[in-house]
Amino acid sequence: MEATCWDVMLGILQVWLCVLMGLIVFPAMFGVSLGFTDVYIKVLVKTLEWATRRIQRGQKEQLELPAHLPNGIIQRNDGSMEEEIEDLRRSHPKPLNGGDFTLSDVFYFCKKGVECIMEDEVTQRFTSEELASWNLLTRTNNNFHFISVRLTIIWGLGVFIRYCILLPLRVTLAVIGLSWLVIGTSLVGLLPSSSVKDWISDLIHITCYRICARGLSATIRYHNKENRPKKGGICVANHTSPIDIVILANDGCYAMVGQVHGGMMGVIQRAMARSCPHVWFERSEMKDRHAVARRLRNHVADKTKLPILIFPEGTCINNTSVMMFKKGSFEIGGTIYPVAIKYDPQFGDAFWNSAKYNMVSYLLRMMTSWAIVCNVWYLPPMTRQEGEDAVHFANRVKSAIALQGGLVDLFWDGGLKREKVKQSFKEEQQKMYSSMIVGQD
Amino acid sequence: MGSRASSLLREEDIDEIKKETGFSHSQITRLYSRFHSLDKGENGALSREDFQRIPELAINPLGDRIINAFFPEGEDQVNFRGFMRTLAHFRPVEDNEKNKDPNIEPLNSRNNKLLFAFRLYDLDRDDKISREELLQVLRMMVGVNISDEQLGSIADRTIQEADTNGDMCISFSEFIKVLEKVDVEQKMSIRFLH
Repeated sequence: MEATCWDVMLGILQVWLCVLMGLIVFPAMFGVSLGFTDVYIKVLVKTLEWATRRIQRGQKEQLELPAHLPNGIIQRNDGSMEEEIEDLRRSHPKPLNGGDFTLSDVFYFCKKGVECIMEDEVTQRFTSEELASWNLLTRTNNNFHFISVRLTIIWGLGVFIRYCILLPLRVTLAVIGLSWLVIGTSLVGLLPSSSVKDWISDLIHITCYRICARGLSATIRYHNKENRPKKGGICVANHTSPIDIVILANDGCYAMVGQVHGGMMGVIQRAMARSCPHVWFERSEMKDRHAVARRLRNHVADKTKLPILIFPEGTCINNTSVMMFKKGSFEIGGTIYPVAIKYDPQFGDAFWNSAKYNMVSYLLRMMTSWAIVCNVWYLPPMTRQEGEDAVHFANRVKSAIALQGGLVDLFWDGGLKREKVKQSFKEEQQKMYSSMIVGQD
Repeated sequence: MGSRASSLLREEDIDEIKKETGFSHSQITRLYSRFHSLDKGENGALSREDFQRIPELAINPLGDRIINAFFPEGEDQVNFRGFMRTLAHFRPVEDNEKNKDPNIEPLNSRNNKLLFAFRLYDLDRDDKISREELLQVLRMMVGVNISDEQLGSIADRTIQEADTNGDMCISFSEFIKVLEKVDVEQKMSIRFLH
């Protein structure tokens, strides 16, 4: 009895794996699509549109319910300190001689300060972005509690599909993809260096990422493919999540740069490094900026090596803005290939809030979302102009990415997620105000 | 963040805050989720550090004074009610509010807005701005960029202009007088989108 039970289980497993292999893994290997994902996304879009209409109707009936309010609480006016304080002083009674200070100047600082307590540019970029309408995931349900029976049924069906069908499917795919990568790259590592080895290595990488992308039901639209990063260059992109790597690597091979990790990540990293030259640093090495720059420079100088992939923000931002690019990657030289990545938040929030979720629970959230839908724009290559310093160049690249991706271009450092703001920024404000009191000297 | 945040806020609380501050229902729930996300200790109250973590506030020369306005004397925690009460000073004055119950002065009246600004200067909370206090606040605003001498003469002139009873301090009524032509209602108000 027991034996037959096992037989049946084994049989089911075999069928399951065969179906997966035939319908997903093999097509993924050769980069063809059977069109399942496209159909799935189309159905999804229709369902979400329907749900939005339902919700809106529900809100009209029950005016008590607060309408869902996207994009901000308050209106901030962006006048400069100079304009705003000039404006304040206009109404001051007496003509001033000597120092230009009035008691009402504090109104400016006061209003600015309270504004950013209600809503600020920086900290909100480190939490999930707001949605225009509920996407039928429980986690994003802010204000809608009960709207209609039909909507609740659809939501319940969604839970079943996501957790009982998609999740096991996606986990299996991720496991297959990653083991493929580890085994494949380890085997290729045994081959002597040759162009054949490079070719096989590239094939294994791209196959792995394609399988993983299917494991997230990723639908990726690449724009301007003629600008794809070429060998001997540096690809810089805005950073939303670790998935960015899978997204980009679906359409080309990159050399990764990063720190050596332990555990599961470590195994993968070591295997990858065997088959093609990725740049992994030990923690101690990472601190030595010059050593890092030297290794990257050597990599870039070798025109046969894959383009390096760097996320110069240094941290994940929530898919609404681009924050300061660290200048290091722009000091290396060589051609920069900017890439803008923008996820469609309707199908699932791709942002990795590392303060809240660890890697595993983040991946679980991803695998129980509807899908990952994103746009990737390859921008024309950029090089440092004569006399331009790295900081300025970094900002220029950042603005280009922000403009293309429809993201807000911020000068703030993403490092503020963990660290306090530098005192020098406050000093700058004080200096600016001082010049309004005594005039420029 | 949002779902748990709004469910912690009971309807009764919202109604009371509405009455006390004049904020609308949706403004209250939105500001509650903001409060919740600032509350890193997750204990339903904000500490000074929670405020200081906002970078734009940390670089505000008067940031510390503004933060201070949220904390009643001697306390180092502020709950949501208190948070909203302070924010209510910055609500715009609406036309239909002007002829409401004359006995209760709304938090966003011209007087209360001025009082908020006055208290930024009044470091020791004795309802007077002394030369020393004015100097300290000026120093916060200008940093190291202006000499003691220059700042001293600015403070002297400001007090001379405002002081009518000759005590070399600025009282609240003198403060109101100096700023009587300033459009406080507009300059100390924040427009809400919803």
